[in-house]
Amino acid sequence: MRRLRLVALAVAGTAALLLSGCASSTPTGTASSTTTTPAGSPSSSSLVSTGTLTVFAAASLKSTFTTLGEQFEKAHAGVDVTFSFAGSSDLATQIQNGAPADVFASADQANMTKVVDAGLTAAAPVPFATNVLTIVTPPGNPKGVATFADLAESGTALVVCAPQVPCGAATERVEKATGVTLTPVSEESSVTDVLTKVESGEADAGLVYVTDARGAAGKVTEVTFPESSGAVNTYPIAPLSGAAQPELAKDFAAYVAGPDGRAVLQAAGFGAP
Amino acid sequence: MSARAAQSSVAAHDRGLLVAAEVQVRGVSAQVHVAPGEVVALLGANGAGKSTLLGVAAGMLRPDRGRVELDGEVLLAVGSSGGSGAVPGGPMNRPVDLPPHRRGVALLAQEPLLFPHLSVLDNVAFGPRAAGASRRAARDAAARWLERVDLTHLADRRPGQLSGGQAQRVAVARALAAQPRALLLDEPMAALDVTAAPEVRQLLRRVLSEAQDGAGPGQPPQPPVLLVTHDPLDALALADRAVVLDAGHVVEEGPVREVLSQPRSAFAARLAELNLLAGTAAADGLRAESGPTVAGVLDPGCSAGDAAVAVFPPAAVAIHREHPATGVSSPRNTIPVLVSAVEPRGALVRVRGSVEADPASISPGNSGPGDSGPVDSGPVGHPAAAPVLAADITAASAADLDLVPGSRVWFAVKAAEVAVHAARR
Amino acid sequence: MLRSGQQRSAQQRAGLPGWAFAPAALGAAFVVLPLVAVVVKVDWAAFPALVTSDASLAALRLSLVTASCSTAVCLLLGVPLALVLARCSFPGLRLLRSLVLVPLVLPPVVGGIALLYTFGRQGLLGSSLEVLGLRIAFSTAAVVIAQAFVAMPFLVLSLEGALRGRGTRYEQVAATLGASPSIVLRRVTLPLVLPGLASGTVLAFARSLGEFGATLTFAGSLQGVTRTLPLEVYLQRESDARGAVALSLVLVVVAVVVIVVTRGRRTEGV
Repeated sequence: MRRLRLVALAVAGTAALLLSGCASSTPTGTASSTTTTPAGSPSSSSLVSTGTLTVFAAASLKSTFTTLGEQFEKAHAGVDVTFSFAGSSDLATQIQNGAPADVFASADQANMTKVVDAGLTAAAPVPFATNVLTIVTPPGNPKGVATFADLAESGTALVVCAPQVPCGAATERVEKATGVTLTPVSEESSVTDVLTKVESGEADAGLVYVTDARGAAGKVTEVTFPESSGAVNTYPIAPLSGAAQPELAKDFAAYVAGPDGRAVLQAAGFGAP
Repeated sequence: MSARAAQSSVAAHDRGLLVAAEVQVRGVSAQVHVAPGEVVALLGANGAGKSTLLGVAAGMLRPDRGRVELDGEVLLAVGSSGGSGAVPGGPMNRPVDLPPHRRGVALLAQEPLLFPHLSVLDNVAFGPRAAGASRRAARDAAARWLERVDLTHLADRRPGQLSGGQAQRVAVARALAAQPRALLLDEPMAALDVTAAPEVRQLLRRVLSEAQDGAGPGQPPQPPVLLVTHDPLDALALADRAVVLDAGHVVEEGPVREVLSQPRSAFAARLAELNLLAGTAAADGLRAESGPTVAGVLDPGCSAGDAAVAVFPPAAVAIHREHPATGVSSPRNTIPVLVSAVEPRGALVRVRGSVEADPASISPGNSGPGDSGPVDSGPVGHPAAAPVLAADITAASAADLDLVPGSRVWFAVKAAEVAVHAARR
Repeated sequence: MLRSGQQRSAQQRAGLPGWAFAPAALGAAFVVLPLVAVVVKVDWAAFPALVTSDASLAALRLSLVTASCSTAVCLLLGVPLALVLARCSFPGLRLLRSLVLVPLVLPPVVGGIALLYTFGRQGLLGSSLEVLGLRIAFSTAAVVIAQAFVAMPFLVLSLEGALRGRGTRYEQVAATLGASPSIVLRRVTLPLVLPGLASGTVLAFARSLGEFGATLTFAGSLQGVTRTLPLEVYLQRESDARGAVALSLVLVVVAVVVIVVTRGRRTEGV
């Protein structure tokens, strides 16, 4: 076992060296970001707030957080915000395995709880947005889907998220609340896969988050349904204990949950927590 | 000759195998006809066009212009008919090109190419099976053919477990078991070692003469056989007639012994770098048709009374002005020869001359025309049948002996240097 | 110095320079360690329950069925294709060969998208199939199509190589013995390339079993219908990492068996 560990270390070390050598051109290194710090910024504030902030955020937050990141950089001279967008469970796993993240924004409570339970958060998670499901159809809604119950009709090829992922869990909650049993032709593992299948016309209808439907406006037709309020998804954000920039991480979390963040999120279709 | 052949092709070639082909990229334009039951040796150096003709006959190669007929049936007819070359296109409205499996032309190649996944028996049964025989009937036929090539005991072996000679003998059986209407042999002994080659040559001699007699089991009598070789021995042992190809064209054609012993073309002369004496095999040598008895070593496939040929290299010949003393340890042949040509060849001199029928007429001294240059003439003043022999000696010896065309000398060769091979009558 | 000298003399017998061994060992470890890591990570107590859950069994069953079907499709279409590529010559053959092998190097997701626009509802063929009442998308057939698309090049490549290596001489001899092309194919060509055909078939089956990207993009994911083992692993990873690891081990074992079988056949081959 000990020998095995040694070999593992050797391999990992070599691989890491090779990979880091290959990856040095991407602007994630702290060293490269400090060199880009404007020389004219006040030295007193730059000491506190200069550097790179790495934010792990749910894939559904991509457009809003990109905007928020730019705004945050403007407000904090010398700060460089980089993002890693992926499924919330992927991100939680990566953080648990020691990924260098400063802030985590999850699309659901469950994955945030995993990180909290692992003792990796620096402060209690704060809910900053909510999201609800909506129906999407190919442009023009050829099957004339009007209500949630219409989705259960046999002639309608419905695509949803699998129960294992947050949007699928939300779908199950709506099913339970309404008593409608859906028979999807496919249970995808991400919202994007659901959207793709509706956009391409393979599916007649899909269940995705409102914000995803807005993002695909023009390529899909959105059909809102009142029962969606039965499954409101809450997005929590928290600074992480392993943060290289603890203060900056707290600042960013507060910024997102504050009025500036609210404005951007609301514009994209997110609800208030 | 080609124009004549073209004109008379329909009449002369309605039986047997006619192969005529022109392949421009290979510079081949030649025609060969093999009569039923005849074995024709196609001689020539590498690239002379032998394999091209064979490929055209078998259907592996489509020539630019060409015609293949077998017993009157047209197997191939391609190209325009208006040409003036050696190849008759024939009057045709549409090209004919039968695929190999519909030609009834079997091919025995240099390598046995036995199917490695089949037993020896199933290899031989392949042809009958392909012709539609039941598995059992095909195996029965195959067993009979294996018996004929004395390999019954190897029936269950895989080809990988056979020696080269055994494998080639199985390949012979396999080719004949397919009951071909014509047989093509593509240097069948060339890839074999010195012990296996005579064995296979002997087998071919036997089965070909049997086929000629129509003695094979269920074998349609007298398939024409075209044998490609660069070895004069193969031609002597197996063929009736030789056709010599050079640079894609037929340069010489005639009975094998005539072509090899009295080559008219420079190419055939180069090809036959051996001295040949035809005759009948005796217990310890050969009784030559032209008179002298030559002591030699009999090939295993040759027994007394067989048609045979004695073969020895010119380098093994010594030349004497006077009749040499009889050897003490090994028997020596002394043959009276009238020198017809003396040709310098690098450090050596090639002396050519015809065998004299009557040793008593030998007289010392110069009686020739005194021409010192190389003379490539026939045996002047002698019967046309007198065989021509060659000897390679050093230039110094030639000078000592004062050899000129017309000199009467003795060619001496040790019996151990003379190989006596069975020949086709 | 003495030691290195001894080493050199020992390695000269192996015919390799000494410095080659360190990276070679590292390379081997690089491939083997992740496999070991999967084994180490497996929760053995829960393993039987994890791999025999309804979802896992359904995925395993579906994977075996679809991979078998796609291997059959590969054989049915790939063997003639390999024969044509190896034995024929016509203009555009080289281009055709390159195109046929494209799925080998294509990211599977791209393959899925390509299939979507071919067999999908609004795809090249899909719209015609729709008229005939055939719906490919979200069906098990779609999984088979996706698997065959990525697996066929393996079979074609392997078989074409075997055919070219064998040459045509045996086939020519068989033809002069009176065998028609069909008989030659059945009794000579195919038996001779059997080892290549076998390894190509096993590789195609393995590739089908491991297919993920194209299936996810093109066929969807539904338990018992389109959710094959790799898709199940991907999904279980979202909620239950232990289940994902357990199923991963199943796939690793299948992969090892496939390699051993292929290798064994190859060395034993005629």
